[in-house]
Amino acid sequence: MVEGDRMAPAAAHRTASVDGAVPEADTAVYEAVFNAAVAADERIEPRDWMPDAYRSTLVRQIAQHAHSEIIGMQPEANWISRAPSLRRKAILMAKVQDEAGHGLYLYSAVETLGVSREELLDKLHTGRQKYSSIFNYPTLTWADVGAIGWLVDGAAITNQVPLCRCSYGPYARAMVRVCKEESFHQRQGYELLLALSQGTPEQHAMAQDAVDRWWWPSLMMFGPPDDESAHSAQSMAWKIKRHSNDELRQRFIDICVPQAKSLNLTLPDPDLRWNEERGHYDFGPIDWAEFREVIKGNGPCNEQRISQRRKAHDEGAWVREAAAAYAAKHNGATGAAVEPSADTADMNGKA
Amino acid sequence: MTVTAHTGAALALGDDALVLSHRLGEWAGHAPVLEEEVALANIALDLLGQARVLLSMAGDEDELAYLREERAFRNLQLVEQPGGDFAHTIARQLYFSTYQRLLYTQLAAQEGAFAGLAAKAVKEVAYHQDHAEQWTLRLGDGTAQSHERMRRACEALWRFTGEMFQPIEGVEVDWAGLQTAWLESVSDTLRRATLEVPEGPRSGAWAAGAGRQGLHTEPFGRMLAEMQHLHRSHPGASW
Amino acid sequence: MTTEQSPLWEVFVRSRRGLSHTHAGSLHAPDAELALRNARDLYTRRGEGVSIWVVPSKAITASSPDEKDAFFEPAADKPYRHPTFYEIPEGVKHL
Repeated sequence: MVEGDRMAPAAAHRTASVDGAVPEADTAVYEAVFNAAVAADERIEPRDWMPDAYRSTLVRQIAQHAHSEIIGMQPEANWISRAPSLRRKAILMAKVQDEAGHGLYLYSAVETLGVSREELLDKLHTGRQKYSSIFNYPTLTWADVGAIGWLVDGAAITNQVPLCRCSYGPYARAMVRVCKEESFHQRQGYELLLALSQGTPEQHAMAQDAVDRWWWPSLMMFGPPDDESAHSAQSMAWKIKRHSNDELRQRFIDICVPQAKSLNLTLPDPDLRWNEERGHYDFGPIDWAEFREVIKGNGPCNEQRISQRRKAHDEGAWVREAAAAYAAKHNGATGAAVEPSADTADMNGKA
Repeated sequence: MTVTAHTGAALALGDDALVLSHRLGEWAGHAPVLEEEVALANIALDLLGQARVLLSMAGDEDELAYLREERAFRNLQLVEQPGGDFAHTIARQLYFSTYQRLLYTQLAAQEGAFAGLAAKAVKEVAYHQDHAEQWTLRLGDGTAQSHERMRRACEALWRFTGEMFQPIEGVEVDWAGLQTAWLESVSDTLRRATLEVPEGPRSGAWAAGAGRQGLHTEPFGRMLAEMQHLHRSHPGASW
Repeated sequence: MTTEQSPLWEVFVRSRRGLSHTHAGSLHAPDAELALRNARDLYTRRGEGVSIWVVPSKAITASSPDEKDAFFEPAADKPYRHPTFYEIPEGVKHL
């Protein structure tokens, strides 16, 4: 995600004069080049000049996305130790592992913009950067694992597929990898719910209860309505975002309704019905007051999620220090190139 | 289920992998570095895969994992020990993966029921051993704090290592040779990590036996309660 | 993890024999040995590779976008470097 040419955001401003200011005329030229590239659907790469606001929007969005992957491990990991069959246990472990991997791809993408992972984690731990509010809801039963796969991952995929064409190259490439790997996440959730729905009456009730609790929060994942969305218009102009919040939300609902039917489960919205004229499903009002409260920190699990993350980080400090100390002792300065021996360079065969 | 030598052996090896996989799974969301989340999950998934093959040799994998009582489990006490810090996890990985690699190397080289599984698993556990050795070096030869933590972990788990070389009926390997090779390999790694080879006894003083006889440590019952609870709450259900 | 404790590495993966290593992404590791192992776990867990290189990010020297024109445009007007530049009578084979 990261290019060799990630290194210096400063290098992008290399024409800056000694006091750091870019002459205004130059900025205008750079900006014109940038705008032309975006208009031509070319990708912006790390060392290209970019407007400060473009850079900070990307940092905010990709960091939030990375944090969501990492925090998002928690509600599902909550069920690894209790998974009811060995097959399900393997699937769930692999899925939670993927989320860690996706977080790592995305942190790498933000780092191309000149922000270190350390700084990003620090901002997460101190609440200065956010993660998706959906993970502030608890996983109360096994069926929640299925509902997260079907609805939460489903909503995430609806959001993410267009990001594979995002104007910022490293983010777009990270998303290609994420989307490819995530295609099993939603399917396993659906399959899990289907098994419950077709199982005993207790299992069916468990599945219905989970869908009832996750449906509305999933719809909120697309963000506030377009007319209230603070960042939407500019992000669309920059082609960071390709579709509006409401457009994606509608697309998701249209996909879910028939899927729920196949599951023999209902969606908890009495206003949900096909609108022939619009060619879409109509749906009831979303409780944006709850959305805002959860974002503010008043969700059922905000405190718990951040505390666990901080605890893991703090308790791991001695391990990270040990590895750094060892590297310093044995490789000279950390990060010095070490000739990989033939057998380690070729883990699975000859180079 | 009648326990023949063959199913008994499959249970012993399968339970080792199942229980250790479960313990490693407890790290999800708690690892000291994000990269290590991915590494520990890889190892846990390898072990779970081995467990499923082995338990299926002895019967239905889910019945065996979820419906047996504690006394029917045949895993080593080493693998059931609760998490502890990262040093405990690494010390346990070092002890167990070295054992598993030596054992599977022998099994892969002979004809028999376990040869196929062993041939595949030996590659996986060679990587697990490498991972454990890399971290043993870093923790042992890192900072004063990490050295002390690793020393304590290696000593605390040392008393569970003798059990590994108790012959398993149905597994025809050179147990004495295995033990010698294990001691040599582990001692070498510990020394390179500037750690001393612990000197205490390598097994408990209880004549009744240990994990291979179905005698476990207290935390294991709670681990099983958690692992089996949901499955047992819905008798006969499919998942 | 501070950046000094655990610098950034670029990861290159050979997806199968006969192909070049291609840039797969990056990661943090305190040293080359762990970088290689982290790369194996992170970038080849679905069987994507048969060989891995890791390179400290700071060891890479890159061309600058400001030099793009000087570096790359002069190559654009030398069509005689490409085989399609040459006209060969029809029917001539193995050329």
